[in-house]
Amino acid sequence: MLTKRLIVCLDVRNRKVTKGVKFEGNVDLGDPVEMASQYYRDGVDELVFYDITASAENRPIDIEMVRDVAKHVFIPFSVGGGIRNLEDMRVVLLAGAEKVSVNSLAVKTPEIIRAGARAFGNQCIVLGMDARKSSNPVYASGYEVVIQGGRTPVSLDAVEWARKAESLGAGEICVNSIDADGTQAGYELELTRKISEAVGIPVIASGGAGKPEHLVDVLRQGKADAALVASMVHFGTYSIQGIKEEMTKSGILVRKAPV
Amino acid sequence: MIAIIDYKAGNLTSVQWALREVGIDAIITSDPDALAKADRVIFPGVGAAGAAMEELQARGLDAAVRGFVASGKPFLGICIGCQVILDSSEEDGGISCLGLLGGSVKRFPTIPGLKVPHMGWNQVNFTRKHPVINGIQDGAEFYFVHSFYPSPLDSSVVLGETEYGGIQFPSLLARDNIVACQFHAEKSGPFGLQLLKNFCAWDGKI
Repeated sequence: MLTKRLIVCLDVRNRKVTKGVKFEGNVDLGDPVEMASQYYRDGVDELVFYDITASAENRPIDIEMVRDVAKHVFIPFSVGGGIRNLEDMRVVLLAGAEKVSVNSLAVKTPEIIRAGARAFGNQCIVLGMDARKSSNPVYASGYEVVIQGGRTPVSLDAVEWARKAESLGAGEICVNSIDADGTQAGYELELTRKISEAVGIPVIASGGAGKPEHLVDVLRQGKADAALVASMVHFGTYSIQGIKEEMTKSGILVRKAPV
Repeated sequence: MIAIIDYKAGNLTSVQWALREVGIDAIITSDPDALAKADRVIFPGVGAAGAAMEELQARGLDAAVRGFVASGKPFLGICIGCQVILDSSEEDGGISCLGLLGGSVKRFPTIPGLKVPHMGWNQVNFTRKHPVINGIQDGAEFYFVHSFYPSPLDSSVVLGETEYGGIQFPSLLARDNIVACQFHAEKSGPFGLQLLKNFCAWDGKI
């Protein structure tokens, strides 16, 4: 049977892994390649790198970092944050990333999903989506899409956008709850479940993980295929092995890390 | 010398770096003559089978691959490289493939709740012994990402099986000097590296 994936997210700024709460108050945590290598040895299933300032500074992703990660880490990893066009995608994939993640770019230019899927295969294109609760009745799902770290609404319903991205050729969707991000109070279960039920491609839940039960909840009630964590492992509160043991105890099938 | 076939079908450097991690040098080439001279060949690939076949034919690599396999030297197909060695694929409306093993490539069925692509770590259950799986425990997980799976005619070529959505599909094939895995050995952690290392130490004989 297919196991549920435990994914660690590394937000990178000036070649340092950083982490904030609700995209603010960031602290530097270490070197991305060293941290990635350690998580790999600890048995993480997948890694995600976001170059969190590339977009704002309108510069390409740190490709040397991608290459260095690929030389040391033999599990899939995706890269996002500064993808501007097809050429950026090509460079990142050829440097050794398994997938590229598009977020703001896809909102502004949805055709980039189709173009990327056609050029590199659907499995390479991850839609990253930031969403937050909205009481505005135009959003039937109760969630709207936002960009620029949650600052800018874009008049899109989260579930409709997920369906559209799938039809354009996205191979996977990473759903990040802006309301839950960095709080460590649990994933946004309803948002995750609504999107997972609306599409036929895998869904990664992101934002809000604080303890292993949160992962169990989002994989079961939220119907996610994978759960993304950051703070709970970056600050040393939990180990990859420890989280997997707790997931196993709760009846979630996970990959056994080789010793 | 180990040659990784370059036919513009995805990430070849990942395979090269995985080999380097286990102390093995390999070249990446699209030259049919270089393939003929290689001691062993790795045939990777991601993307669509149709595009892969077109590219192989355009570069004269289809004949080179057939020639290499006929030489009896060890040959490893990965993902798309595991699919196009069969006779045909349902992908891209149905295409003709290399025909090195009898059988076809099928799509996972459309079932409500079954996510396609099959993406993530899944167990491979071995059906027999083989030098390329030495030191790898039965039921070890490997990384998969695919919407189509190999379905060989002769079940004796199946070396490993995987279950997804109620379907048992062959995820590792082996016959004579051919080994082919549907999963990405180069992205499958220590067990994937072990398989690559084993392949590079194997003489192609059973």
